Amino acid sequence: MAITKDTVKYVAHLARIDLKPKELEKLSQQLQEILGFIDKLKRVDIKEIAPTSHILPINNVLRDDKPGESLSSDKALENVPQRQGKFFSVPKVIE
Amino acid sequence: MDLNTLTANELIKKLDKKEITSRDILTSLEKRIKEVDSKVKAYVRVNDSNLLNSELITHNSELSLKGIPVSIKDNICTREYNTECCSKILEGFKPPYDATVIQKLKEAGAIILAAKTNMDEFAFGSSTENSCYGPTHNPWDLDTVTGGSSGGSAAAVASDEAIMALGSDTGGSIRQPASFCGVVGLKPTYGRVSRYGLIAFASSLDQIGPITKDVRDSAILMNVISGYDAYDSTSINIDVPDYTKSLESDIKGIRIAFPNEYFIEGLDKEVKAIVQEAINKLKSLGANYKSVSLPHTQYAIPVYYIVATAEASSNLARFDGVQYGFRAGGAKANLIDMYKKTRGEGFGQEAKRRIILGTFVLSHGYYDAYYLRALKVRTLIKQDFDKVFAELDCIVTPTSPTAAFKIGEKIKDPLKMYLSDIYTISANLAGIPAISIPCGFTKKGLPVGLQILAKPFNEEMLFKVAYAYEQNTPWHKMKPKIAV
Repeated sequence: MAITKDTVKYVAHLARIDLKPKELEKLSQQLQEILGFIDKLKRVDIKEIAPTSHILPINNVLRDDKPGESLSSDKALENVPQRQGKFFSVPKVIE
Repeated sequence: MDLNTLTANELIKKLDKKEITSRDILTSLEKRIKEVDSKVKAYVRVNDSNLLNSELITHNSELSLKGIPVSIKDNICTREYNTECCSKILEGFKPPYDATVIQKLKEAGAIILAAKTNMDEFAFGSSTENSCYGPTHNPWDLDTVTGGSSGGSAAAVASDEAIMALGSDTGGSIRQPASFCGVVGLKPTYGRVSRYGLIAFASSLDQIGPITKDVRDSAILMNVISGYDAYDSTSINIDVPDYTKSLESDIKGIRIAFPNEYFIEGLDKEVKAIVQEAINKLKSLGANYKSVSLPHTQYAIPVYYIVATAEASSNLARFDGVQYGFRAGGAKANLIDMYKKTRGEGFGQEAKRRIILGTFVLSHGYYDAYYLRALKVRTLIKQDFDKVFAELDCIVTPTSPTAAFKIGEKIKDPLKMYLSDIYTISANLAGIPAISIPCGFTKKGLPVGLQILAKPFNEEMLFKVAYAYEQNTPWHKMKPKIAV
């Protein structure tokens, strides 16, 4: 299938990535090539084949609901680029 | 003798006899790093790291890795040292906790080296050229790549700037650089080693594993890092054997196989001849050889680039300029603009390419055609291996279709770069363990790797065959000459 520049632009928006015009140009072309290669999967007969999202025969792994030690909020916020007190600071969300 | 050139096993014996101290090992590593790392560039932020300050553990002769320094890839969380995945977007990130493997290493008495090893940004790549710090150079030829993404770890071990190292492998990122650098690299069975504290690329494929100078060191390191971890719900609660017990030279009657589909067009003639020679060696040691078929081999790379990018696009959503690392955008930017600018400036080209491809294959209208179809073909790839391992003990293949290529040769053509992972990717899709060991050199003097694959949780078979081969060949003792 063809992937247009508009599609790449839209997907980049979904992925929250700013692309410069030159990047958009190059990426559209490269993605076109990669998708062309990936298209060979269409040749495989997948009727009645179950998908494998995970290789291990395990599911619903639960732990006991017991309180344990956790990071202090100060420790957890150590790497925050902008903070105010015990909070993450972000640009204004609501006008 | 320079201590940095020895294996962990040899150093442990010297430590036991009290001939040396762990401080002596660190000093010799520091000297070597100062001597050659400006050329090899195996480590990142090395000038900011006081190596001799690497946390020294009280000498305790009961511990299996007492006083042995271990070098760590930049995507494995270390509490004392920055962990940045060689990406601008994680600039300055110092994890508030240790990965489980780091904690296990410390409990075993290992010293975590203060400098981290170079890698492709977020492990996206096969050459370590996608690092925000620039490429690592192959110790065997400084103009060629180390492979990737764990190129820093492989080059550090090959150039004797490390005793042993940890890497991570999502589609060959331990085995392919080990092969290019002439060292031993092991990708464990999915679920064998805890991923807690490994900054996730593709959660259904990622595994941490050892990169070492020989097979014995690989077994020693696996003994330490393997095992169940309540912090990783995909780690499996199966007993960990003593892997050093598999190191015996007798492989009589072991059933090995070469897959017909691995004779591809891109397989270099020299590499093919060297690997065939290695298979002959295994036969002469008593292995029974058979050729087999893995009919869905040609679909492994397309499946991988759908599954891995889909998972990556989701995993990397957390880098948004809010919780850690780099943030862009002025004070007046709104939230969405801040996200977009931060990610647009913070991620390198390959990361952007993969996140966008991954977002695309998961997006409305394309999910069934790409992602779901890929998961179904993944099932077929796994079944191919199940069938082979029902009758045979292990599969032997080249680790990579070529020896190391020149820096810059493939970086502008992503698809060409992706194809260099053709022999390693299937093991991650099927979740099986695989090891790469040195098996010879090209005429230009570049190492070639032999890959051995076995069924899930049968790392012992890998160690057995790899050790028998290694003990009967000279390759693991070869050292690159780096002009100093």
